[in-house]
Amino acid sequence: MSAIYVLWLRELRRYIRSRAQIVASLGQPVLYLVALGFGLGPVFQKAGQGNYVQFVAPGIIAMTVLFSSVFSGIGLLWDRQFGFLKETLVAPVPRLQIIFGRTLGAATVAMIQGLLVAVVCFIAGFRIVNWAEVPLAFGFLCLIACLFAALGSAIGSVLQNMQGFQLIMNFLVMPIFFLSGALYPLKNLPKALSVITSVNPLAYGVDGLRSTLIGISHYGMAIDTAVLCGVATVLLVVASHLFSKIEA
Amino acid sequence: MIRVEKLVKQFGQFTAVAGISFEVAPGEIFAFLGPNGAGKTTTIKMLTTLLRPTSGTLTIDGLDVNEQPNEIRKRFGIVFQDSSVDGDMTAYENMDLHGILYHVPRKIRVERIEHLLRLFELWDRRKEQVKLFSGGMKRRLEIARGLLHTPKILFLDEPTLGLDPQTRNQLWSHVKYLNQAEGVTVFLTTHYMDEAERVAQRIAVIDHGKIVALGSPQGLKLQTATDSLEDAFLKLTGASIRDESATSKDQMRQMAKMWGGRR
Repeated sequence: MSAIYVLWLRELRRYIRSRAQIVASLGQPVLYLVALGFGLGPVFQKAGQGNYVQFVAPGIIAMTVLFSSVFSGIGLLWDRQFGFLKETLVAPVPRLQIIFGRTLGAATVAMIQGLLVAVVCFIAGFRIVNWAEVPLAFGFLCLIACLFAALGSAIGSVLQNMQGFQLIMNFLVMPIFFLSGALYPLKNLPKALSVITSVNPLAYGVDGLRSTLIGISHYGMAIDTAVLCGVATVLLVVASHLFSKIEA
Repeated sequence: MIRVEKLVKQFGQFTAVAGISFEVAPGEIFAFLGPNGAGKTTTIKMLTTLLRPTSGTLTIDGLDVNEQPNEIRKRFGIVFQDSSVDGDMTAYENMDLHGILYHVPRKIRVERIEHLLRLFELWDRRKEQVKLFSGGMKRRLEIARGLLHTPKILFLDEPTLGLDPQTRNQLWSHVKYLNQAEGVTVFLTTHYMDEAERVAQRIAVIDHGKIVALGSPQGLKLQTATDSLEDAFLKLTGASIRDESATSKDQMRQMAKMWGGRR
């Protein structure tokens, strides 16, 4: 257990120490919030959908958690290239504990990022409709973070170099974000798009956040929770398996 | 302490280690010499449970690597060819993390970390992030770390690569001291013949994945009828230069710099 704790702590320490990275990683969500939130606001309003900043804020928070957790998970790739991974691989600790510690650390970092962006959203005019459900929203944040940190760890266990990393960014992470309904309502989508979003775990994460924070839901909170828990568990198992196969 | 029999490692079609056998006695300093790409690092990786042998048997302290890898991991310390310390953590944190991973009880951990950091003259800089350290300091930290859990065997994979003569000298003095005072068995690889001659009691010369000679430095010289170990080595392995294929690591370092350089 202490191995899990110390590896979790390492991820946190590294996050806190890279202040430039914290600021840099907040830049993108803020840009999305300002450019889209205020840029598309009037159109959204005219279409009778209400305040767009209010609608898009949960999506932006989910996006932050997605990027942050996948990146932290893929941090495994850096550790592999710069050697520290070997230190943990020769340690007399079951690999399962190592990957759990790392993934939990990555998820925690992603949650902190998500909360920071939530504060930014608040400053930009986002208002929580139902404060009683904030703990539930926090739970969804946690599920999204764990799910995608596990995905990142799984990817990091197989990736060998930076080229692969670009591929993952363009063909996995970006589509997950854009096809999740983070930026637009899921109602009345073209059939094909709606099928794609329904198999995208982030869609359920965004939906969960939206239903708890602003009271708008597409799938329903029970389905959101079930899908997120299920996918997160599967990805954790996959990540552990792939990590246990690593030979240095 | 280490017993290797007909050890083979293949990567697809390529045979990196082609059936080597040797034994290392408890308390011995054993050196593995060979040109680039001869199979030294692959062998060390198999000995330290990082790679699974394709075939052959490998026991450390009487334990089989395939059956009890975790028990074996408790028994050795290793200094890798390239740095494996975490640059974002301080020297002390790197040591502490290692101690926790190796289940060293808290009280002993605190004592030993101080003792080792003082021994390797890093105590004053224990609160600095390791990425600010010079190559020599990082090496010293790695060795200190490798000794934290009082291993029975110390593996050193080209530990003096890129170090200045002062640091090298200090390093080998420590290794010899540990070997004599604490009876630590040492298994090392190096490119520097003078170092091998200075510290090792027995030397195995490996080339193309096979052991071509095994004996004391004196014995190798006699066997090849040469005056120096370097000549003996060249006679055994030939004078042609070996090219190792480049890894993606250099590329990664480049990328890392571009991305703000975590290290």
